Parts: sequence; C-alpha cells; structure tokens
Amino acid sequence: MTTFRCALVTVAASLAWAAAPAAWAQQAKVKVGLMLPATGTFAALGTAIENGFKLYVAEQGGKLGGREIDFVSVDDESNPAKATDNVNKLVKRDNVDVLVGTVHSGVAMAMAKVAKDTGTWLIVPNAGADAVTGPMCAPNIFRSSFSNWQPGYAMGEVAARKGHKTAVTITWKYAAGDESVGGFKEAFEKGGGSVVKALAVPFPNVEFQALLTEIAAIKPDVVYTFFAGGGAVKFVKDYAAAGLKQAIPLYGAGFLTDGTLEAQGADAEGLMTTLHYADSLGTPRDQAFRLAYVRAYKQQPDVYAVQGYDAAQMLGIGLTAVKGDLNRKAEFTAAIRKATIDSPRGRFKLSASHNPVQDIYLRQVANKENKVVEVASKALADPGRGCRM
Amino acid sequence: MDFATFLIQCLNALQYGLLLFLVASGLTLIFGIMGVINLAHGSFYMIGAYMAYALAPIVEAAFGGGFFATLLVGLVLAVLLGYALEWAFFSYLYEREHLQQVLMTYGLILVFEELRSLLVGDDVHGVAVPEILAGSLPLGELLTYPVYRLFISAVCLLLALAMYVVLSRTRLGMMIRAGANNREMVQSLGIDIKFLYRVVFAAGVAIAVLAGMVAAPVSSVYPGMGNSVLIVCFVVVVIGGIGSIRGAMLAALLIGIVDTFGKVLLPQAAGVLVYVMMALILLWKPDGLFRAA
Repeated sequence: MTTFRCALVTVAASLAWAAAPAAWAQQAKVKVGLMLPATGTFAALGTAIENGFKLYVAEQGGKLGGREIDFVSVDDESNPAKATDNVNKLVKRDNVDVLVGTVHSGVAMAMAKVAKDTGTWLIVPNAGADAVTGPMCAPNIFRSSFSNWQPGYAMGEVAARKGHKTAVTITWKYAAGDESVGGFKEAFEKGGGSVVKALAVPFPNVEFQALLTEIAAIKPDVVYTFFAGGGAVKFVKDYAAAGLKQAIPLYGAGFLTDGTLEAQGADAEGLMTTLHYADSLGTPRDQAFRLAYVRAYKQQPDVYAVQGYDAAQMLGIGLTAVKGDLNRKAEFTAAIRKATIDSPRGRFKLSASHNPVQDIYLRQVANKENKVVEVASKALADPGRGCRM
Repeated sequence: MDFATFLIQCLNALQYGLLLFLVASGLTLIFGIMGVINLAHGSFYMIGAYMAYALAPIVEAAFGGGFFATLLVGLVLAVLLGYALEWAFFSYLYEREHLQQVLMTYGLILVFEELRSLLVGDDVHGVAVPEILAGSLPLGELLTYPVYRLFISAVCLLLALAMYVVLSRTRLGMMIRAGANNREMVQSLGIDIKFLYRVVFAAGVAIAVLAGMVAAPVSSVYPGMGNSVLIVCFVVVVIGGIGSIRGAMLAALLIGIVDTFGKVLLPQAAGVLVYVMMALILLWKPDGLFRAA
C-alpha cells in the first residue's frame, strides 16, 4: 500500500512537472539580460544605466506590454575578451528574450554579433561604436544612446560657424576617438575649416606633454578632443597647466566633462562640449525624470541613466505593440522604428539604422555643471554608413 | 620642429623620464634587489594616489592640513602597510618559485582594486597642487611650464641619490645586497635578515606610495591607474639591469626620450617604440644596461 501511494505521488508529481511549463508559458515573464559593467572603470556607468532602466519599468508597475519583467545580470567587466562567452551565457543558458548592454564598445560589438547571429533582441544603452548601427546593423538591434560620430559632427559645425579656420584634433588612438574626430573633421571641413594635424596618444597612455608642445608650436584656431574618464581629467588639467586654455579654445565631445567635473575643478570652467544631454535642460519632461530618479536612488541622474531609461522605453513600445508576444518580430521592429521616444533629453525617433535622430546640445561648464548654451545640431542623424537591412 | 620646440620637447622627455624613475624606484628595490616579482607594485602606486586624495581632508581636520603633512602621514601608513604585508605574505615568497610570486601578487592586485572600490568608490578624482608650487613658468610664446612638474623632478633626483648612497655606500646597503645574494650566509654571520628584509620591503612599498602621492596632482586619481604604470615599471627595471639604481635611472630617461619624440615624430608607432627599444637593448645586453654583480 505504502509503495503504491508512493508511486502515485511520484506520478502525480511528474505530471505536475510536465504540465508546468505550459501553464507557466502563458504568463511567463519577459527575461531581460542586463550585461553591464559592475566592476572596473565603468562600474558607475553600468549602475546608472541599470537604475534608469529599472526606474522606467517600475513606473509602468513592473510590466511592459502587459508582461512582467525578470532581470538576469552579468558583469561584463568591460572586457572584450570575455564578451562572447558572457553573451552566450545569457542567450543560451539563461534563455533571455532581450539583451541590454553595454558601456564598452568592444564588448557591445561582441553582443551585436551574437544578437545578429541568434536573432535575440538587443538594445545598446551606451556604447557609441559607429559600427553597431553601421555594418553590424540588424532589424533586432537598437541603440538608445548615440554614435561616436554624432557629438563630433555637431562640434565641427559649431567650430565652423564660429569662424575658426584651422583645428588640431587630439585623442586616444582607438576606435571611439577616431570616430569622434572623424565626425568633427567631416563637419568642420564642410564648413570651410581645415584640420591641420590629427594627434593621437596610444590608449590608455595619459602623458600628453609632448603633444601639448606640438599644439603650441602649430597654434591652431581651435583644438578638438575626445577623452573620457581619468584621461579626460588629466588632459583638461594638463591643457590648462600648459597655459593653452587662455590661448586656444578647447572643444570636446561631452564625455570630456561628464562625471569628471569634480576632479577637473577650475581647469574645466568655461569649456565647451557637445552631447545629447545636459545638466539643466529645464524641460518639464526632464525635471519629472530627474525628480523620480533622485527619489528612487538618492543621487542625481546623468546621461547614462537617461540612456538606460530610454532603452526600457523602447522595449516597452515594442512589447506593447505586439501585446507581449515577442515572436511577432516584424511588428516589434516596425513599432520601435516608427515610434517617437519621449526621452528626458527631448523627443527623438530612430534612424533607418536604429540610432537616435536627436538634438545635440552645445554645453558650457559653469559652476561644475554642463549648462546648455544652444542646440548645436538639430535632429542630427548618424549616416549609418555600411548598414544594409 | 624648430629649435625652441625641440628644446621644450627635450625638457618634456627629461621630466617624463624622471617621473618614470620615481614610479619605478619602489620596484627596483623589491623586484630588483630583493628578487620578488611584485605585480602589486602598481597597486601600491594607486594606494598612494588615493591616499593623497582621501587623506587630505582627514589630515586637514587633525593637523591643520597641507600637502606635505598629508605626504608625511601617507608615508607612515605606507611603511606600516609594507611591514604588515611582508609579515603576512611576502616573507613566505623568497624561497618560492617565480610563478608562485606572480600568482600571489596578482591576487593582491585584485584585492586592492576591490578594496579601493568599496572604500573610495569608482569615480575619478583630482588632487590640488599645493599652493606654493601652483605657479608656472613661461616657456616660448604660448606655453607655460607648471612648477609642480619641476618639483616632481627634484623629488625624483633626491630619491635616486638617497637610494644610490644607501645601497652602495653604506653598511646597511652592503647587508641588503649580501642578503639578496645569499640569505643563509648572511644569516649565519649574525645579521637578522628577516627583520632587515621586512624593513627593506616596507621601504619599497613606501617609495611606491610616495610616488603615487607625489604624482597624484598631475596624473589625477582613477580606478585601474596602477595597472597602467605597472608594465612600464618592469620595463624600466629590466632595461636598467635587475638591481641597479644607476641602470634604472638611465633606462627611465631613455624611455622618456623615446616616448616623447616617438609621439611627435612617429605617432603611428608610438605605442610600440618603447618595447622595440627594450627588445633591442636586451638583444645587445641580455642582462640589461647595468647588472648589479
């Protein structure tokens, strides 16, 4: 008898087990794989993106398109060498429906490759590599941030409008720097200026003295630079210490003065940079976002938080359009393509290659804030070179 | 490049070379003379830079502040740290294989990076140049040269001189060098080699920390900064010849020249020039420029 009852229980249990996936599938959560840096230089950026993303999901009551959201997180360590393994873990082992990541362009490229091969949805909330919405573009890959080309191009327009004729560019010799400087050169030379010398330092070397001496010898009208993080702090300080700040205006992509102002101190005052966000936009949309963010996380949001927030908005738009059914791929893509995203940075749509078509702001550093001066370039679209969809 | 620019670039090269020596000098002591492959050297440098940033407000509250007071407090803490690390970890490493030394000191890098992240966070920080050294000298029509950079060069020269005199001209230096050659023999002559090495190690850590603190105002303070100097430090010690202060100085200056002029004249190859030079020197002199006997 006992044996029989035991067997019965076992059978019942296994039946229940077998039936479970079917019942579970009906209201299963959407699995979002967050592949962001949790350690290393970019850890703070990863946290801001995750906070922004989760803030939007929380505002929607924890559901997007009627389905609850489940998060799986992987620390990508900003390490391109481990990137493919990490993405595959999320896609093949954890079976995530949507990938969100990341900060580092090299890692993002690996994610884009896997997304392209497997058809998994990917939303890139920072990495600016032109190629993500260029040669790597695909119907299932979107970006909520920017392309490296965009801020550079906008600053090239500004420099030409101001009547500068000659420029020297200086950056790290790596993809992001080359792309940013490329954008600047394209717009500046279109506007009648000329880049007389393109200086580059091996990444991540921060000894600039020799090149600052070069700049002083060339005496251009303006210097355009792309540096971020510790390199940005050191470059801005060295530029001022070498006496060049008074003599030759320094323009940069926004990352030169984002998250670094405390460390740069007075040496950054007055610097002009271009980016798709600023500290005091003053729009009701931005103020509402900033208030909600501060309430939730007890700290001020930055451009990275905005990009995370908008990544969640894009996912929400897609999921709502297909009523939570991620298998209706064409409809999902079409919905995001024609949507206007109500971002704290200002409304934007996506280009044909899925990169934001957005206003790039000219900002000036005043009292340790990046204050908006004007819109440097209205509704600027990345050309999406090499994209075939 | 006109002549004035050339002279300024020479100054840049000299100054960068001296900075490199300063950063590498702690490694000269620990790796060069004591023979321990210390990958955590970069971490000590980083700890120094973070001390310059984090200790300043504390020292300000306790002693009324000042960059030099912070420097002094940092040095004392560094000696204690070095002493404790030697006692807890490094004293077990002298007799071990190099691979085990690499493994343990690599582990220390990870531990120090995580601790740094927990204690101070992942943000980039700046350290203000002390006021008496905040000025700059005019140089050519546009350029100015920060006085603080000259101060760094002076610190470096003093340190180099002190290390050279202590190691090659004093009884203490003789005991240290003898210990590096034959530990047991020195011990049997009645010298407390264990204690001696603990002190030398602490001094090595203190010098690395000092380098980080002195360099902080010009290098800024950021996560992973230690790893960025580690490789070039090993290049300095290896080119110079293991254990030679003179060699390390010469190597640092050579790297300063190659790096500075490389960036200007051969920018495409600037990243590899230093390593090409290392390869050539090691082909010509496999033991480095000056091998200590």
